[in-house]
Amino acid sequence: MVLQTYAIGRATMRSMLAKMWVPVLATILTIASAASGAEITPAVLYDVGGKFDKSFNEGVWSGVKKFTEETGIEVMEFQPTNQAQREQAMRRMIDRGATIVLAVGFAQADAVAKIAAEYPDIQFSIIDVGWLDKPNLRQYVFKEHEGSYLVGVAAAHGTRSGKVGFVGGVDVPLIRKFACGYVGGVKSVDSSIQVYQNMAGTTPAAWTDPAKGAELAQAQIDRGADVIYHAAGVTGIGVIQAAADAGQLAIGVDSNQNGLAPGSVLTSMLKRVDVAAYETFMDAKDGNFSPGVKVLGLAEGGVDWALDENNAPLVSEVMKAAVEEARADIIAGRVRVHNYETDASCPY
Amino acid sequence: MERTLPPWVDMGLLPLINVLVVFVVTGIFIAIIGENPFSALTVMLKGAFIDKGALGYTLFYATNFIFTGLAVAVAFHAMLFNIGGEGQAMMGGLGLTMTALVLDPILPPFLVVLLAIPMATLMGALWGVIPGWLQAKRGSHVLITTIMFNFIASSIIVWLLAGPLIEPGQMSPQTRSFADGVQLAQLHTIFNTIGFSLPSSPLNVSFTLALGASFGVWLLLWRTRLGYIIRASGHSKRAALYAGYSPTGTIVITMAISGALAGLMALNEVLGVQERLTLNFTAGYGFTGIAVALMGRNHPVGILLASLLFGALYQGGAELDFQFQSITREIVLIVQGFIVLFSGALAHMFRPMLEKVFATAKPSHKDVSHDK
Repeated sequence: MVLQTYAIGRATMRSMLAKMWVPVLATILTIASAASGAEITPAVLYDVGGKFDKSFNEGVWSGVKKFTEETGIEVMEFQPTNQAQREQAMRRMIDRGATIVLAVGFAQADAVAKIAAEYPDIQFSIIDVGWLDKPNLRQYVFKEHEGSYLVGVAAAHGTRSGKVGFVGGVDVPLIRKFACGYVGGVKSVDSSIQVYQNMAGTTPAAWTDPAKGAELAQAQIDRGADVIYHAAGVTGIGVIQAAADAGQLAIGVDSNQNGLAPGSVLTSMLKRVDVAAYETFMDAKDGNFSPGVKVLGLAEGGVDWALDENNAPLVSEVMKAAVEEARADIIAGRVRVHNYETDASCPY
Repeated sequence: MERTLPPWVDMGLLPLINVLVVFVVTGIFIAIIGENPFSALTVMLKGAFIDKGALGYTLFYATNFIFTGLAVAVAFHAMLFNIGGEGQAMMGGLGLTMTALVLDPILPPFLVVLLAIPMATLMGALWGVIPGWLQAKRGSHVLITTIMFNFIASSIIVWLLAGPLIEPGQMSPQTRSFADGVQLAQLHTIFNTIGFSLPSSPLNVSFTLALGASFGVWLLLWRTRLGYIIRASGHSKRAALYAGYSPTGTIVITMAISGALAGLMALNEVLGVQERLTLNFTAGYGFTGIAVALMGRNHPVGILLASLLFGALYQGGAELDFQFQSITREIVLIVQGFIVLFSGALAHMFRPMLEKVFATAKPSHKDVSHDK
């Protein structure tokens, strides 16, 4: 409970700060850039996890914020709570003048496909979907398996007990893709290292439950794990907190979470959804919007591991060298990380 | 339960007062966060009823609440707390989907729909019967077991949608869509074909089924022998037993009806809109059904009204989220919380006051009737 309040307290603090900032900045910048005369009206639909999840959605939000700060163009935002709302929200945004709609997360795939067909003159972009085919839709797919492989290598070098953990949100293909890449990275260093895997649940609450994340992390720690990677949205904040409380290490995901518990987060698997969001709106603004699938992996800078002053003391020279070597090998094609998506199985 | 108030006060005035209090408290709350409560209310009402397609969305959400609300109410009349509407709806959706996926390559769409609907009720009923049977035979309280069955249902669905049933070639945990025509027609398409133009909304034939189900539940509870048994065993299990009714049978049958009603919710979401099984299509409607039943005093008419209110709140709430920077979906959730608090937990706050008012009014009323 304490954990949860702590996490929520921090989240609301930040959201309050952010809310005070955005209008102020926007006003200044609107005045500043009034002359440039932008003609696009961007809109973004977050995933159910919510804008301030410190992870996936917040990554998108930071890209959106960057766009607004640089161009002064306000972005319409909405956080849907159920399926019917997604389509409705997109229609409402378009009614209110949206010219480009960014949808966040695979759960919006159907809604985007339908609305994009209904409004051929509106531009659409979606993150984490690569299987649709519409002339006015851009799709972003990330090679999470490659990034997860890197942090797997880091985890293998960080563990002293020979046991590492993974906490996912819900057992869906996307999360299996994270887990599979991670196991691959761990086993590439030492195939005898054990990887414990747990999923937080089967309902949407599984993505927003730090207490559950802490519980699972604690259980893995009790079984000997000393490095735990999470891909569980807000739930993962609990994983990081539990690892920090127990003096063990956590690995963050999507956004750079090294600063959430400095000294206890070994690294973070960066998924640059902020780049996807920023690029989508910038391209639309500059008239460079193109449909099609954009696949962002290590080579494209779409995924990576996070190294900053918060985790510098935790990353040994050996570990750093090993991760960088794995990184170079993957980019050069010498190492192929298995992608769960291709055959719905994990060979590691 | 002793009735000291006239029915229209008990069923009409008291809930109305509760709703008014909710509006006042919410208004104060919205003023505190720095928005004008009156413009918020206007936006919400317009967003729920007047804007293009708004009423359709409101009634669409209401359809979900009618089914889940009725499910809770039927069980409640037998003093069974069915918290498992969510899981029963999921299993209803699963039954419906399996029927559609297996049969739509070989049968005409119309027949597939006709077979899928009873499968939804059957699977929903099954998910109610098992906890009911455990209650009757083993004394495991349905309050606990139905919650557990929600988790079992969602685990089954996640497992199926991430593995055996997932549509190949994509990553979203969902089945393939049903064949063309395997759906419940949306009302705006029906009206458009007969010449009326209605704005697009997900409102579909399920709404009329929901109205039918409400009437059916009223008939069942107050006009049939089974309904009498259900209510009798709710009032006093011993009396029902003494009268010769089997408590086991009553519990199991009641839970079957309750589960079947919740299972029907899947028609609205799966067959009415998405035409495939997706993860989390129940989106908490099963739980909201508890609040709806509470607020509707477990009577179909009350449930219809409460469903309309919650539907309006869902739809108008989304509109609030759109129009105001400072009103987020969390605030909308808080408003829903107020409704549950005032019409559920504090439902009887104003009862003593009203009783006093009507107690002073009563004698004269009685005198008049004596004179006749």
